[in-house]
Amino acid sequence: MQGRPTVAVHKFSSCDGCQLAFLGLGEDLLALWELVEVVHFAEAGVVAPEARADIAFVEGSISTAEDVERIRAVRLASRFLVAIGACATDGGLQALRNGAEGRAWIESLYPQPGPVENLDTATPISTHVRVDLELHGCPVDARQVLAAVAALRQGVGPVVEERKVCLECKRRGLACVLVTRDAPCMGPVTRAGCGALCPGLGRECYGCYGPAENADAHAHARVLRTLGLGDEAVRRRFRLIYSEAPAFRDAGDAAREGADR
Amino acid sequence: MTDRRGVRIEVPVLARVEGEGALDLSVEDERITELRLRIFEPPRLFEKFLEGRLYEEVPDMVARICGICPVAYQMSAVQAFEGLFGCDPGPWVGAMRRVFYCGEWIQSHALHLHLLAAPDFFGCRTVVELARREADAVRRGFVLQRLGNDLIALFGGRSVHPVGARVGGFHRAPTAQRVAALRRRLEEGIGLAEELLAWTASWPFPEASQDFVSVALRHPEEYPMYSGRIASDRGLNISPGEFERRFSEHQVGHSTALHASLEGRPYLVGPLARLNLNRDRLPEPVEAALAATGVAFPSRNPFHSAVARAVEILLAVREAYRLLEGYTLPDRPAVAVSPRAGAGCGATEAPRGLLWHRYDTDAQGRVRQARIVPPTSQNQARIEEDLRWSLERFGLQAPEAALRAHAETVIRNYDPCISCATHFLRLRVHRG
Repeated sequence: MQGRPTVAVHKFSSCDGCQLAFLGLGEDLLALWELVEVVHFAEAGVVAPEARADIAFVEGSISTAEDVERIRAVRLASRFLVAIGACATDGGLQALRNGAEGRAWIESLYPQPGPVENLDTATPISTHVRVDLELHGCPVDARQVLAAVAALRQGVGPVVEERKVCLECKRRGLACVLVTRDAPCMGPVTRAGCGALCPGLGRECYGCYGPAENADAHAHARVLRTLGLGDEAVRRRFRLIYSEAPAFRDAGDAAREGADR
Repeated sequence: MTDRRGVRIEVPVLARVEGEGALDLSVEDERITELRLRIFEPPRLFEKFLEGRLYEEVPDMVARICGICPVAYQMSAVQAFEGLFGCDPGPWVGAMRRVFYCGEWIQSHALHLHLLAAPDFFGCRTVVELARREADAVRRGFVLQRLGNDLIALFGGRSVHPVGARVGGFHRAPTAQRVAALRRRLEEGIGLAEELLAWTASWPFPEASQDFVSVALRHPEEYPMYSGRIASDRGLNISPGEFERRFSEHQVGHSTALHASLEGRPYLVGPLARLNLNRDRLPEPVEAALAATGVAFPSRNPFHSAVARAVEILLAVREAYRLLEGYTLPDRPAVAVSPRAGAGCGATEAPRGLLWHRYDTDAQGRVRQARIVPPTSQNQARIEEDLRWSLERFGLQAPEAALRAHAETVIRNYDPCISCATHFLRLRVHRG
């Protein structure tokens, strides 16, 4: 990408926390606005949802038929599509409603029959369109997003962190909470990027950046059992922010069936 | 004979609000025939997937209802569970929760004032344009926003979905050294917040005097954030446990969302309602700064909510500064918690207004049922009432672009958090 790339920020079904990676930048937001040309960013005051963009940042999961149409239009209008945050990359916390349980919930919630436009799933962007880059986290880390913008302006793909949270604990010199306190920490299977925030505060990681590369979730489930967690507790550990990421989904399902005991 | 004029205004995407909202307006013969504040965001079904989760997981989960006000969701939740379990976390936790909440008020209000609201009053589309006109004010706003975020991160590790709060207290107490560093910044922040208040009070607000009921917490001593009884300026005075009996939600005609009401009327929550009810709880220096602006409170002008937000930033900076004086590490940052079966309610003041939670649990502290009423849901009926009032006063014969712009500024007064309002279960969105 040469010169000043055009940038759009789109929001689907989400808490808005990932957009704060931009809106919380302070002075850096002004600097960013000089480096790129923002063509659509509704919350910042630039409204042009159909604008063509070199880079589109997309937050949120897809939850309605209209969302599907809208993301397809965004894909067509954008050269490079970046999914930011757990909702966009993996459906987010609200993906807990997917699956048999979710369908039963929706049926029980709508007292009147009628056009229920809500799909019975919350799905990632990649389910519907090609995604060029995924930045993980709940929320995504602002520095990661900025680093991605900087790299893309240079025409290169950004370095994406895929290693485990354990790396960040070691780097910070933190005592391992799993080993020293029998805490059911998800760090050994979770993607780094947060700086080991939870172990840094003396609590176990709960997996809000999703599965790391080569995460051996089944082995980790067995570790959790040695700490005294039963089927249901192990399942809940995997079914939280990233419940639909394949490694976590499989481990969560196996726990329900007691298959990893 | 006047021309018959039909005007249809559709704002498909509201700018400078949190979340995806839209407005439909139809005018015929100088009468509003249709007014719909449409919420696009599909419900994410939080109250449903909280069922079966342990109380310990709830603070991490409800934070995800809102990226701008996660602390509020965590605070209403822990209050509900602690009440239910008969757990008193003690004065240190109480004080530090107030500081934690101060961080969120500062950050959220600063973001709203500078990025979402101020541009309207200076003929700008974005804060970036505003920074060219009012460079000092915008810079000051960013400093305050960062201060709020760092105050949250002091206890929670990060400001969006902080990880430090738990039922019973906090996971870890910050060190005295880190507290001292933040306290120095809070001291500088007082002067900045006073300047912000003076600047906000000078914005060219339209005149307005509307009739509405203000609802907020009321506390015997302090300006309410984390605790208090639920009060109104029409004599309401109830505990959080009585909320469901007195406040109701219903579908309005062909409306697409539920409207909340108190005694059959819309009502207002948020900074304007809080200040209207609690001006006498402002610390003396904050009261003096407010009095110096010449803006009268209680106020019936929704545009004065901007001034109320600035007052609350000043209040929060001062409160955090005061509460962190003489800080020492506690024996423990949290008390032990013993779950039990029952039902508990929590009501705290999110930046945007009263946030009410109710949880029913089993003997292990597993959630059997959850109910969450966010402030923006409660304001929806009031926003529509205001839009009717304001657009008729503005003059429905005005050009469409002007009507649309005015409607958007009216909506922005409420700082709606649409992502919160639409975590709801019973939302039906009709595509017309």
